[in-house]
Amino acid sequence: MRGPQHRVLALHGSVLALLFLLQFVLPAYHHTNFTSIMVLATYGIGYNILIGYTGLLSLGHAMFFAAGLYAAGLTVHYFNLDPVSAFLFGAVAALAFAAAVGLVALRTTGVSFMIVTMMFSQACFLLILYFNEVTRGDEGIVLTEAARQIGDFSLVNPAVRYNLALALFAIAVALCFILIRSRVGRVLVAIRENEERVKMLGYHTFRYKLLALALSGMLSGAAGAAYALMFGYVGATFASIEYSIYALLWVLLGGSGTILGPIVGALLMFYLVEWTSEVTESYRIVVGAVLVLLTLFFPKGILGTLREKRLRWLP
Amino acid sequence: MSLGPHLLLALMEGTVAAFVLALTALGLALVFGVMRIVNVAHGEFFMLGAVLAWAFAHLIGSPALGFLVAIIASPIIVGGAALAIDRMILRRFNYQPEATIVATIGLLYIIQQLVLVFYGPDARSVEAPINFRIQLPWFGYSGYKVVVAGIAALLLLATWYGIARTKLGLVMRATQFDSETAQAFGIPVDRVYAAVFAIGAMLAAIAGVLIVPIKQAYYLMGLDPLLLSFIVVIIGGLGSLRGAIIAAFVIGISDGVISVFFSPNLSKILATLLVALVLVFRPEGLFGGKAR
Amino acid sequence: MTRSKTPKSSSSKSLITRRAALQGLGAVAGGSAALGLAPGFVRYIQVSAAEPIKIGFQAHRTGIGAAYGRWYERTTNAAVKLINGAGGIAGRPIELIVEDDGTDPKRGAEVVEKFASQHKVDITFGTLFSHVVMGSAPRAGELKMPYFVVSEGHHVASGALNRYTFQPGITDVKAQVSSMAPWIAKNLGKKVTMIFPDYAFGYDHRDFFSAAIEKQGGQVLQLLPIPATETSYTKYFPQIPSDTEVLYHVMVGPGVLTFVKEMGEFYGSNRPQIFGFIDSLEAVDIASPGLEFLDGTYFWEAYPRYAQAKQSDADKAYRAAVGVDNSGASLEDPKDVATYSHMFGCWETLYIIKEAIEASGYQSPTAADKKKLIEATEAMKGWKEGNEHPQGDKTFVGQIHQCFGHQFISKVAGGKLEVAHKTEIADGTYEPETDYTKMAL
Repeated sequence: MRGPQHRVLALHGSVLALLFLLQFVLPAYHHTNFTSIMVLATYGIGYNILIGYTGLLSLGHAMFFAAGLYAAGLTVHYFNLDPVSAFLFGAVAALAFAAAVGLVALRTTGVSFMIVTMMFSQACFLLILYFNEVTRGDEGIVLTEAARQIGDFSLVNPAVRYNLALALFAIAVALCFILIRSRVGRVLVAIRENEERVKMLGYHTFRYKLLALALSGMLSGAAGAAYALMFGYVGATFASIEYSIYALLWVLLGGSGTILGPIVGALLMFYLVEWTSEVTESYRIVVGAVLVLLTLFFPKGILGTLREKRLRWLP
Repeated sequence: MSLGPHLLLALMEGTVAAFVLALTALGLALVFGVMRIVNVAHGEFFMLGAVLAWAFAHLIGSPALGFLVAIIASPIIVGGAALAIDRMILRRFNYQPEATIVATIGLLYIIQQLVLVFYGPDARSVEAPINFRIQLPWFGYSGYKVVVAGIAALLLLATWYGIARTKLGLVMRATQFDSETAQAFGIPVDRVYAAVFAIGAMLAAIAGVLIVPIKQAYYLMGLDPLLLSFIVVIIGGLGSLRGAIIAAFVIGISDGVISVFFSPNLSKILATLLVALVLVFRPEGLFGGKAR
Repeated sequence: MTRSKTPKSSSSKSLITRRAALQGLGAVAGGSAALGLAPGFVRYIQVSAAEPIKIGFQAHRTGIGAAYGRWYERTTNAAVKLINGAGGIAGRPIELIVEDDGTDPKRGAEVVEKFASQHKVDITFGTLFSHVVMGSAPRAGELKMPYFVVSEGHHVASGALNRYTFQPGITDVKAQVSSMAPWIAKNLGKKVTMIFPDYAFGYDHRDFFSAAIEKQGGQVLQLLPIPATETSYTKYFPQIPSDTEVLYHVMVGPGVLTFVKEMGEFYGSNRPQIFGFIDSLEAVDIASPGLEFLDGTYFWEAYPRYAQAKQSDADKAYRAAVGVDNSGASLEDPKDVATYSHMFGCWETLYIIKEAIEASGYQSPTAADKKKLIEATEAMKGWKEGNEHPQGDKTFVGQIHQCFGHQFISKVAGGKLEVAHKTEIADGTYEPETDYTKMAL
């Protein structure tokens, strides 16, 4: 096992190093795009813990992203909380929220779980509109530049923002890595493969699934909080079903159950949409086509297929 | 307005909505019941029906004739599209539930965007084939809505007859009960699946045709009926046709009545949460039998 | 503002592609306006030697704003063509770069970034929907990108945005709504029931109109917020109190036609006075089946859709340039109705940008030049009605980056809109709520 372990560390280390170095060569526009893609990939990693490693398909993860987004954004806007505390608060709030949702939703499985999460998420979206007085609903809230200042560093500064996004992404990768290499992670994968058998072995699978959902929600929420603080806007769009579908899309495209799958997926989708939108107005058709083609030809996604064919050691 | 007439109006509105909803949800319930898959693109079939109804009305010019053509031709076209989707996509991965969800989300985008390209972003109205106003002592009401309820009732009866009394229905029920045994008895399960998927889509398309003179044809109109149908199918008990129809009426009518007393946004939130809780605590639905 | 848009019958011409628009502009810039009209020749004409002024147009080509976006684009193209034909801005042609934002705030911010760092535009312009403005403005501020929106939202004037964001071409919703109250109280009645969308745009109407009508001694009897996802409305009508004198409606979204039809079915001929915001029916033919019920009701318009008896020469020229007939529909397709009460903002804003650039001596997107441009814009006081400002006179309050203009109240008669009243600018103005000029540049 020493060989693969080294290769795994080398691969992920070099991906992170590459992302670090890229900031010196990327043109400004792509520099910002990469910043946002790394944040969204963190959201994807959160989603992947649930779908990829635990085998639970949620269609409501936008509610966790939005929980972090709003928890951080609203405390900054109304209580002038500093960004670091707001970020932590966002992540913790999403963790608590995901755990609460899990207590109820995890009593279902399969298709029912998908619909329950979707319904909860839709309810959250409507709640954001309902509490319009506070959230300004669909129009949303702009966070001032002054409020987005960490000591001497301003989140408006592209370099600061890029490196914070990279740090967030690196932490997510590390967390995910530690999780799947741990005993808990192995139980989660076992649940994905055959929950009944895991139960029979005497494991309390509900607790493991709850833990997975809570972690998944926390990472999604951390990404949401970072997004709000870095880009200065909090709005209901981010809680819509579309943002749940995006997470699903990135993970499936990159390869569900692979650590780097979410960033591969998010990166590819971003540029696929970017290029198509120069050719056609109905660029969202790409989203649909990719989803259909994936299910037909690459159900394991890019890295998943690669792992199956060549790189068996890929985590 | 005093409470009595107010409730009467809410009931009338709720009943009309319930009939259309029952038709749409029945399609979804049928597909789920027999094939055990969730079709996320179901709302898009509804939308296609509406858009085609506009196209026929536009081509033909006369509202009544256009409507007649649309109510026959639109479901046939949509059913054909559903057949193609079944053959080219769903069958390929053998109706695996999670893959179906992902693929039909993809189809939702594809259908929406194709309609955006060929039909445009506007909501377009279609004149009702029959246009009269019923004046009650307290308020007026659209005559066409009553007609819609009537047609929908007939179609629901026809569907019931088809399932309960015809050979196709028998085969469908056999497949729903146990597809492997059905296969062993020589039932072409493949073809039954294709037929069920097409019929489900056609029911949604007919609902779309019926609704278009009341609302408008718009490329994003599919999401609302999809969510409502989900709610209905779940409350009714996943896959139970009888449950779905009862639930459509409960949801349709209570939506009308609840909005008399509560803020509509709040009632939508409560309904959504209620559904989630039903799924969690009573997975067989409120009206269905024990799920198999 | 936030709205989903809407109905229209029949097909519309596809949008001019960015490349085609650029080629067309290049041609005009080449000083060959006549040839520019002949599309076949366009692509072979050399672009003028003068370095162009690059304007990024953030367009709602897809998403819920598409019906509005299409007309914003047509108006913008028409104005750019005219400006370039007349020698451009400070002798330099405008190069218009269009990017679709999908009517999405996240994509909106990305588009602003793309304009700034990839296309290196001098100015970004043209956003309509409030949530896209809110999502994009922070990026514009960070990038120090002059950002001219045509949204009619109160977000600019409220102080929520930043020093780089302006709305000089269209009156904001607070002023529009407040200026309606005196006339309504005097002519229609003082007991009002309001029907409005249950989100930010509707809340602006609720708050500003309630305050304004109370000032006139009137009162709002009942508020009926309608959720964004609603598609049927009849069940709400019984909640309208029977002693309502005026029904005030502002509805947006693809459901508006249904809303009006169901209101007609509900009331028949026995209805209160009805006053609506034309937002309900922008891009919709007033003569559509089912809308007969609106006959005799009143609408706010920012700019009369139907050419009036005393039509100004400026309005004639404006209609001809954009390609709109006297009923406010496309010259090519009478069923393709314009968003007439909003799109003029694009036209006027472009002329204001021209004036600001010329007045400030702006040359290139450097910090110093941008500072000059921002300060020159803030120093403006207003504009006179004319070909460059066909909608009418406007005053501009530099502190809040917002303009104020006349508004119109029109009566529906025989499937057309006839102006019944024109407000004074002062009817809508209010005390500044912020002072952007004090913010750092």
